[in-house]
This record gives sequence, structure tokens and C-alpha cells, in this order.
Amino acid sequence: MSSDATKGDRIRELMATEGDAVAENTRGFNEGRIESTGRLDGYEELKADARDIKEDAIGRLPELIERVRESVEANGGTVYVADDAADANRYITELTAEECDADRLVKSKSMTSEEIEVNEALEAEGVEVVETDLGEWVLQLADEAPSHIVAPAIHKSREGISELFAERFDLDDPPETAEELTMFARERLGELVEDADVGMTGANFIAADSGTMLLVTSEGNARKSVTATDTHVAVAGVEKIVPTVEEFAPFVELIGRSGTGQDVTSYISTLTPPVDSPVPDFQADDEPLADGSGDDRDFHLVLIDNGRMAMREDEQLKETLYCIRCSACSNACGNFQSVGGHAFGGETYSGGIATGWEAGIEGLDTAAEFNDLCTGCSRCVPACPVDIDIPWINTVVRDRINRGEADPSQTDWMFEELVPDEEPAGLDLSTRIVGNYETLAKLGSLTAPVANRLTDAGPVRAIVERVAGIDRRRDLPEFASEPLVDWFEARGGAAVPRDEAAREAVLYPDTATNYVDVDRGKAAVRALEALDVHVRVPDLPGSGRPPLSQGMIATAESAAEDVYAGLAAHVDADRDVVVIEPSDLAMFRSEYEKFLPEASHERLAEASYDVMEYVFGLLENGGDPAALRAPAEGTGPVAAGKRVAYHPHCQGRTIGVSEHATAVMEALGYDVRVSDTECCGMAGSFGYKEDYYELSMDVGEPIREQFGDTDRTVVAAGTSCTEQIDALLGDAPMHPVELVAPRE
Amino acid sequence: MSVADRSTFKRRLDSLGVTVTEGPENECAELIDEAAGDPAVGVALDAGSLPERVETDPTTAELRAAHTGVTDAELGVAAYGSVAIEADRAGTEPVSLFVDRHVVVLREADLVPDMPDAFEWLGPKARGESADVVFATGPSATADMGGLVHGAHGPKEVHVVLLREDGADAADSEVSADE
Repeated sequence: MSSDATKGDRIRELMATEGDAVAENTRGFNEGRIESTGRLDGYEELKADARDIKEDAIGRLPELIERVRESVEANGGTVYVADDAADANRYITELTAEECDADRLVKSKSMTSEEIEVNEALEAEGVEVVETDLGEWVLQLADEAPSHIVAPAIHKSREGISELFAERFDLDDPPETAEELTMFARERLGELVEDADVGMTGANFIAADSGTMLLVTSEGNARKSVTATDTHVAVAGVEKIVPTVEEFAPFVELIGRSGTGQDVTSYISTLTPPVDSPVPDFQADDEPLADGSGDDRDFHLVLIDNGRMAMREDEQLKETLYCIRCSACSNACGNFQSVGGHAFGGETYSGGIATGWEAGIEGLDTAAEFNDLCTGCSRCVPACPVDIDIPWINTVVRDRINRGEADPSQTDWMFEELVPDEEPAGLDLSTRIVGNYETLAKLGSLTAPVANRLTDAGPVRAIVERVAGIDRRRDLPEFASEPLVDWFEARGGAAVPRDEAAREAVLYPDTATNYVDVDRGKAAVRALEALDVHVRVPDLPGSGRPPLSQGMIATAESAAEDVYAGLAAHVDADRDVVVIEPSDLAMFRSEYEKFLPEASHERLAEASYDVMEYVFGLLENGGDPAALRAPAEGTGPVAAGKRVAYHPHCQGRTIGVSEHATAVMEALGYDVRVSDTECCGMAGSFGYKEDYYELSMDVGEPIREQFGDTDRTVVAAGTSCTEQIDALLGDAPMHPVELVAPRE
Repeated sequence: MSVADRSTFKRRLDSLGVTVTEGPENECAELIDEAAGDPAVGVALDAGSLPERVETDPTTAELRAAHTGVTDAELGVAAYGSVAIEADRAGTEPVSLFVDRHVVVLREADLVPDMPDAFEWLGPKARGESADVVFATGPSATADMGGLVHGAHGPKEVHVVLLREDGADAADSEVSADE
């Protein structure tokens, strides 16, 4: 079914050939981002400013396009708004090959020019195109595509580049060090730039008020491409326009820091072309440089629509147009770090936001090829300088793919009972099984231990793998025969009476806790009751996280409504809602904003707490830490003592609740070491899928490197993390609340 | 310009590997002479003078052969260690770009604290006359060849000559970057 052999094979191949180089570079960029933005005063305010500017600009884009046209024409340049790639290429080739009669065009790096494939169009008309960005030049020589939107050749090793130069230039003694390779390129490209006829650049931003364009570069090749030629063609998507020059400022401060971790790149060029510089004539070089030749310069701004104006009308894809192509979402992404843009990318763009770009520019089919690789871990969300909800765009596109690809004639009536979702018939079975995890868990719990014995049997796993794409190397969840809700009722409900309680709370019985990991639910009840909380564990529906992760938005929305209906009376009665599973709390706080009326979402989000956040709050408000379990009582292996290794959940990090567990454990006297890995790689069902098993394990590998031979007691908050860490370290971690809760 | 801006600016340049020398305007030619390699080309300065050996009306061949290019900066951005180089008919852009070392002359009075100030300066200029300005921060750089290298296309080295305002403290005139 979902097990498309070529997809899994391609990912495994790229992990082997390019994965190490991509991982080293992207992880370096990501650490650089965290350091550089950490040093920036007012980082959050700058992000908010940048977001406001983009919202405003995209909101009145048609007007701004006309302003740009007026400004550029007043300066003596020309503006052409191209409907699509063919239109842009026709204009550019006519200008270059016919009007300028150019032999060579030199280019600085521009993703938009790659999107329209202008190189191919120019070469077909006999114009030699030279990429002057060193990374792009390497790829041009190698005939390869970029693997990263900012650092296009990060998949190539230094040795690989040396071999490439030796082969292309027939060198017996090729340059080898980074310095030698760079100087070799500088010299070769310097010669090619000197007698070029046309210079092409992109534009990172364009100010409508003055026609000024801003270029973010480091090498100086864009400056040279513009200066050394008398005709400058700038290619830019229409979304690059901002109203005024002053509004460049927050982007200049954010773009380098967000992308590669540079506070600012070497060159921020702000050009209001045609520029005044004389054009150096390297042929007749005895003439004075300053010969007034700047007066003959010609400038053409080619603004590209190519689907963008339609994206602007699309309420869900519109946010993509705020993207400033900084690459933060690529670098922050566990899957991207392992495979790079050759797997996690479409025709042109790569990384998390690429789903929006490719869906809008190329169409759903292109986005469908890599959209699965966004697991919704959400680590890109705080990294994005314009606050785009990148996982949501991926979810929306996934939903459209689900609906678009569904074949209504397929008869899957036999699964309708098993998968009672709101989705169209014909939806991929693997998707539906995962999306309906709650129903399966309920059924599994009812029939445990038979279900557990069956699911572990070899032949059954082979069928599950073939039919549902679930990798047989994964342990399937073992269902408990007594769900948490039943246990709580059977014990007689709350142990702390209401009139003696410090607070009242509803412990949300998420699907994993209720049916699979009941122990952590029991531990949460004990911990809360030890701190004098009157606890209720009502029967409540699943949060909708599993269907949402499969792009089943209608099903998730219906789950949100059911959950709210089940919790509203409790919230009205001022009861706190305590959540054990971070991915479910993230639903309540973040995604439910899309599904519930604003007031409902706000009420629920404000009333909800992560269980460790709640314990932290109880202790801060006078709760007695002695009621919880301190390390002296002995936890885990005797040697471990009070030493703990803690892996926070990715979505828990994003919503800001991962640090409370550390604080609580430390307050009780534990020595806590926190995992450096932002997402374990399991991501709900992702790591179960046959195509993605190796990738998922690779994303989690840094956890093994950090904690593989630790004697510390390992704790993790998420169910998926628990399963992944079990697979990585050979032992299942417990939830932090199980560590600190008093014994039964 | 405040004393704090000057010290921030110098600290940022130091971390970028950019050498800074300081002095009053009447010592400008001397400071440039110490900083420039040979042969050197340049563009006439707004403030201060160039040493004799700097060719101020170079041919393209002289530009190509030059080791050092000397130009003005219109503005300095303290928080980033950036200098604003404005393209003009005299060739400031090519002279600052097609060379191995760029010696850039900045008046302390033209130092602004932060990036928003720089764009407040640029906005009216861009809307009025045509403004082509590059904010250059350190030397040309690339990491595309498997390690950080300076001098990918543009200058490999940058040296800033900071001209003090009249009456400014004459001490502490040499600050060198750690190489």
C-alpha cells in the first residue's frame, strides 16, 4: 500500500551517500542559529515585526507591484511581470540572446531562477550561463540539483569537489584544501565574469517605495556580476516586495541568523538600479575605469507570479508567501538533517516550507512526493523568523493529497467499522489505520492479551507490513487489559476528597496512556493526589492527534469538538485539565485554535497543563516536595542513584513545557542531563512505516550517541519517544512522573 | 556616535578579523599608507587625503593588477561591524571589490548604533536620488568548499581606518585583530 519500494530505497540510498555531509552542515547551521538569535536583543519583537510587514505586503500585493513598477521605471529600469516560467523565460531569452546579443550571462545564486529553469532556456538560445556562487558552480559542473536552499552543495564533500575539478578541468594535481579549492574557483570564475555580457541576480527583498532591491550574499559574486556587466536582470517572485526601504531592517537582522547562524552575511547589497558604477572594460583595459560608462547601464526586474497570486487567494497556502527562504526549517528538522533536500524537497524548494511552495507552484503531485517527511514535530516553528505554522501547511497539503488521490470506486466497506473517520473512501489504508489509532487501541485493549499475542506473531507481522506498511522490526504497542479510566473507577475514584483538596483536576486519559501505558497514568494520579489534588479521570475521546498527523483534518476537527464537549463542563467548574502526553497537550494549545471557536480554544488552552508543568506549579504554590519521591528511595538500577537522563518531547519543547520536568526533578534532588536531540525521530506513526524505519532510527541516533552507555535512569515524556528510545537503547524509559510519583 | 558605539564597532570588527587603525583626519594619508599593500588604487575621499602612491584614476588594467583598493564608507553600523560602501561614477564599488585588500575610511561621526538606524539613513536617500549601497561586514567569505575561506570573489582582507572627530582622545590609536 503505502510501501512504495522506490521511495524507501531512495531515502536509504541518500542517507548512505549524502546523509553524513548534510547532517554535519545542517546541525552546525542549527546550532549557529540558536547561538546567534540568542545573542540578539529583541529577537521575538523583530520576528513579530517581520511577520507584520509580510502580512501587510502580501495583503496589498497588487498595489505594491504597481508601486514597484512606477519606482523602477522612474529610476530608468524596466519591470516585467511574468505569469509563469515560460513567460519569464521568453522575456529573458529575447532580451539576452536577441537585444543584447549576449554570449555569456553570469549569475549569482537565485532559487527563483532555478524554479523557472532559466539556465536551460538561455542555453537553448545559445547563451552560455555561468553560476558564480561557488556552491552553485560546483553543482553546475557536476550536473546536480541543490540539496539545500541556502547552501546548495552541502551534500558534497571537499574530496568530492576536488575529484570533480580534476575530472572537469583535466588536472593532474587538483586543489585539495578548502583554501585551494576556493582560490581555484575564484580565479576561473573571475575570468568568466570579466568578459560576461549580462549579469543575473535574484532579490531577497524589493522596496516598493524606491525600487530598491536587497541581496543577501557572502562571496561577492553578486556584486561582481552586477558591476562587471552593463545589463542587469533581476529575477524575483512577486512575494519579495515590501512597502518601504526602512522595512528591510528586521529581515537583515534575522535572515542570516535564522539560516546559517551568521549575525549578518558579508554583503547586504541594496541596489536601486541601474547603478552608477562604471562598467570595467576588461578588453580595452588601458582606458580609465571611471569613463562614465555607468550611464549606459540597463536594468530589468522580472517579477514572477507562477502560481503565487493564486496562493495568495488560498487561505491555507497564503502563509507560504511570507517565507524569506532562510532555511531555518530545513536545518531545524531531524528528517532533513538525515536526508537533505534531494529527498526532502520537490522540483526547486526543500525543507519543511517546501511543501507549501511546491504545492502552490508545481502542484499537489510534486508536494506529495516528499510531504510525508514532515512529521509535525514542530521544531521548525520557533525557528521560523516570520512565524509560519509550517507543520500546519504540511498537514493541509497532506489532507488535500489524501482527498485528491482517493479513488471513490474503491470498496473499502470492510474497514468502515474499523476506521470510523470523516475521510473519503479510498484513502490509503496505512494512513487510515494510523489515523484511527484510538479505535484500534480500544479494540486491542478489549481483546488483550489475544491481540498482543497475535500482533507479535511472525506471519501476522508480515501481513501487517505488506498491507499496512508497518515495519516488522518495530515492536507494536501492547494493549493493557484494564484501561486507566476503568482502573480509576474500580479503585473508587478520587482518593483526595473535594473538600480537603488544594485543587481539582481532570487527568486527560489520552489514548496511549489509557490503553497502552496505563502505569504512567496511575503514577500521575498518585503524584497529583500526593500534592492534595482532587483527581477525576473521566472517559474522554482521543485528541485527534493521530488523524491530524495523517492529514485527516476533518476527523481531527471532529475529535477536537468531542474533546471540548467532554471537557467544557469541567473547565466551567474551574477544574484544571492535566495532560500526560505532550503531543495531545500541543493539540489543545496550538492546533485546536484551527478547530474550535476562539473563546473555546482559549478556555481550554488556558486550563490545560502538562503533568510535570502542573506538578511544578503545585510545588511553587506551597506543595510539599516531601510527598513526592526523592532519589534516596532508590530508582532504577542501584548504580543509577539520583542520576537521570531526560529526553524532552519535540512538541513539548515547542509549546514550552519541557523544562518543568527538569525543574521538578532537580528540586527533588535528581541530577538531570537533558538530551540535545530535539526530536527522537519516531514522531507518532512515522517510524513504524516500512519506508521510513531506517530514517527514523537515524534521526534518533544522536540520542544513542549521548545516552547509549549511560548508567543514568532514562526518562521521556512522549509515548513515541518511549518506543523509539526503547529501540535505540534497548530499554524503555519511564515518564518523568513515574520517577517522581510516590510508590503504590 | 557614542563612545559605546565606537567600542562595540571595534569589538565586532575584531571578531570578524578586520584590522582597525584610528587617528585624526590630518593623519589619514599616513594611516592608509600603513594599511595599504602595493600596488594600490583608490577613489578620492570626502574627508582626509590619500597617500601619493594610491592611484586615484586607475585604468581597468591597474584595477585588475591592484593589491589594495582604498575607498570611503558612508556609514558604519556599530552593532554589526558593517561599513556602507556606496557605488558611484568614480568607481568606489569596483575599487572596493576587485582587489585582495579593501582599506575603507570611515569618519567616527558616521557611525550609527544599529541596523534600523542604517535603514532610516538609507530610506530617504533611496527614495530621493538613486542609492546603491553595500553593507559590507568583514571580508568576502564562503563555506562552499568544505571549510570557511576568505576571499571567495571579493577582498580577502579588510582594514578600517577610523577618523576621529576633532578633540577626540588621541591615545589608543592602534587596534589589531588577532590573526
